[in-house]
Amino acid sequence: MKLDPKIPEGPLEDKWSRHLKDIKLVAPNNKRKHKVIVVGTGLAGASAASSLAELGYQVSTFCIQDSARRAHSIAAQGGINAAKNYPNDGDSVWRLFYDTIKGGDYRSREANVYRLAQNSNNIIDQAVAQGVPFAREYGGLLDNRSFGGAQVSRTFYARGQTGQQLLLGAYQSMMKEVHAGNIKNYPRHEMLDLVKVDGKARGIITRNLVDGSINKFEADAVVLCTGGYGNVFYLSTNAKNSNVTAAWRCHKRGAAFANPCYVQIHPTCIPVSGDYQSKLTLMSESLRNDGRVWVPRDPKDERKPNDIPEEERYYYLEEKYPSFGNLVPRDVASRNAKLVCDEGLGVGDTGLAVYLDFRDAIKREGEDAIRAKYGNLFDMYENITDENPYQVPMKIFPAVHYTMGGLWVDYNLMSNIPGLFVAGEANFSDHGANRLGASALMQGLSDGYFIIPYTVGNYIAGEDLSKVDTSHEAFEEAAKESSGQLDKLLSTDGDKTVVEFHRELGKIMWDKVGISRSKEGLEEAIEEIRALRKEFYENVRVPGESNYYNKYLEFAARVADFFELAELMALDALDRDESCGCHLRDEHQTEEGEALRNDEDFSYVSAWEYNGVNGKLNTTLHKEDLEFEFVELKQRSYK
Amino acid sequence: MSEMTINLKVWRQKNAEAKGGFMEYKLNGVSEHMSFLEMLDVLNENLIKEGRDPVEFDYDCREGICGSCNLVINGKAHGPKHMTAACQLHMRNYNDGDTIVVEPPRAKAFPIVRDLVVDRSAFDRIIEAGGYVSVKTGAAPEANLIPVGQDTANEAFDYATCIGCGACVAACPNSSASLFTGAKLSHLNILPQGQPERDKRAIAMVEQMEKEGFGDCSNHAECEAVCPVGISISAIAQMRRDYMRAVL
Repeated sequence: MKLDPKIPEGPLEDKWSRHLKDIKLVAPNNKRKHKVIVVGTGLAGASAASSLAELGYQVSTFCIQDSARRAHSIAAQGGINAAKNYPNDGDSVWRLFYDTIKGGDYRSREANVYRLAQNSNNIIDQAVAQGVPFAREYGGLLDNRSFGGAQVSRTFYARGQTGQQLLLGAYQSMMKEVHAGNIKNYPRHEMLDLVKVDGKARGIITRNLVDGSINKFEADAVVLCTGGYGNVFYLSTNAKNSNVTAAWRCHKRGAAFANPCYVQIHPTCIPVSGDYQSKLTLMSESLRNDGRVWVPRDPKDERKPNDIPEEERYYYLEEKYPSFGNLVPRDVASRNAKLVCDEGLGVGDTGLAVYLDFRDAIKREGEDAIRAKYGNLFDMYENITDENPYQVPMKIFPAVHYTMGGLWVDYNLMSNIPGLFVAGEANFSDHGANRLGASALMQGLSDGYFIIPYTVGNYIAGEDLSKVDTSHEAFEEAAKESSGQLDKLLSTDGDKTVVEFHRELGKIMWDKVGISRSKEGLEEAIEEIRALRKEFYENVRVPGESNYYNKYLEFAARVADFFELAELMALDALDRDESCGCHLRDEHQTEEGEALRNDEDFSYVSAWEYNGVNGKLNTTLHKEDLEFEFVELKQRSYK
Repeated sequence: MSEMTINLKVWRQKNAEAKGGFMEYKLNGVSEHMSFLEMLDVLNENLIKEGRDPVEFDYDCREGICGSCNLVINGKAHGPKHMTAACQLHMRNYNDGDTIVVEPPRAKAFPIVRDLVVDRSAFDRIIEAGGYVSVKTGAAPEANLIPVGQDTANEAFDYATCIGCGACVAACPNSSASLFTGAKLSHLNILPQGQPERDKRAIAMVEQMEKEGFGDCSNHAECEAVCPVGISISAIAQMRRDYMRAVL
């Protein structure tokens, strides 16, 4: 396998513009002869689909939800970064780039991240023109706030629902192209396989989730925008239907999977309350702008939080990180929450929670001001926990939130399979080992609006794409394989449900491939995953049949893929014998518990090649060395 | 933690053509901290273990923002709690021994897929007809060249919060989609970005809504009462004004 990142030559700030100058174009009258498939309709998918359709390509979109508007981007709360420097506080493209590459703990490509920062301003322009209702100041101009570890105010936001508003903008833009006849939209369709002809991506196999039929679609390029794989942990902030299946099936067809062990654990989520728990709810980290994180100094302190005097409260983030305080990046905040709970200082019934307290902010600014900023989040919290956060501190705990790893792509966002492009959370490209707050929406839309439309064209113009249709045997074979797998799952007459298996898998992952990892724990995890996977195929019980709407059959197929991915994540975490960003190996930390990188040996992207499963996952590691020409690698410090 | 026994009457229907009916289930060990959907998850786990078909219902984010869930609970869309989607409803709102009736939203324009799952693609087609600003990627001016006063921005935002769940249709005695369409239209029609297409948008969206088989609005305001994000029926007034403005 050859992994060429294809990074253009030249100074950092000129790489993208030079690349655009060299990019091949498809003539306007030829574009309509080319079909492009876009899988997933979140921010990356909807924006890529609408932009490609506007250019004249024949686009087909697929999503598992009943409407493209419901893709999981919709749930993003906090905001989207851009280097507009409207607040005049010294922001710039360089600074956004630098913060992002530093935030990712120097495990991403300089060229990709710089381009992301360059595109950021265009995204805001595009969204505003679509009618996305960002927060505004009295004068009618756009408002910004500081967010998640940034020392400038560069985050644009739309109350606590920036994701929904940006997605509605992209979705509406997509529906405009459906109306114009340039997009054919297929909701409630799940991609089950990638079809390759002559080594190139030429189509997909889908299952119509309503009638269960297996369908074949051909194209000249496939753009995968299917999100992240956090649900491998069973409990996460992801939507219940978020899954790795489309990406994993591409991996099985030869696409390299990069950095699978990089998982972001979000520090401010509502803690688990019981075994029936189906998902975890995020509280936007914007709350950390005004909330103070603490635990009682005395592990035996059983007083109500408001009865604990100031000097007996341990504001551990403020004490340990005086310059960033409660605004340290997500990985640092999560790790410290776990540390204090490991020390027995955690609060609540389970001892797996810390306080996030607004008492002082309310005293300073008044309850109305706090309500104006966070009203909907406070309501959501009260609704779930039955406690009023205006009166008692919130209880929070970290939860799996975002996966930085994903399919390997080059600078054009093309995987190592020609014609298979990957955008948004599904690729690995921009966040390194840790994603900063308000960067996911930025990346999804940068990929979809401003990169994919050019690079897909460049590919189509430069390739000899002879006509392929779905009667080709490659489609037949893939379709047969997909339905065969479903039949096998349905005919396994076991007695454990898919949910029970998924929950057990999630527990292994959380305990041993979660916030911190060790060689010993990872080796145990790998054995446990293999054993549980074996049991899954022998003892799973999937209800019903495949020829109608059957959600538990969908889940079964997705959990089967999570079982393989889980092993790869553990293998990757084991290979990466250093700590970086969200990946903390117990063996490699400073005395204060900070991640200790090893740039000499691990400054690479791990890209794994799939060679099948036979009791164990057979996989080959390839390395793309990361080169830093423009920034100096430093130990991250938020003190 | 108190545990409850809940009696469920759930609508079961194999597909749009099949005849449906209520099935009764008794569920023990329901925790007050469970969400309503988690309670149904537990029911389904039991049914699967017993070799019976689980109840199909739509859900995704379980945070009240994706608009997937749309259950009608004891006759009320999204259940008893004001401004709360069914996924955010918790069992602490019920008592031990309660009987709860769970149905899909019923409307001609929302054909049943299976059990509690319905086809809401009519909403997508209303957006497709005109619920957008026709700006192509790359053609946008610098964002701060379009100032929007805070009052206007906030009003537009209130409409933009619609999550497209369809509770308004389920609650309306006429199965009207006026609150949904009004919210979507008003969000864009009161912003400066939406002005060039304001009339065209109003006509296209209203006509599509009628074409989809939704009923008309007769000012019951049941929609506003059940809307999980609190969209005001002033959206419908705005839609009617804009439609009249466009056709006259």
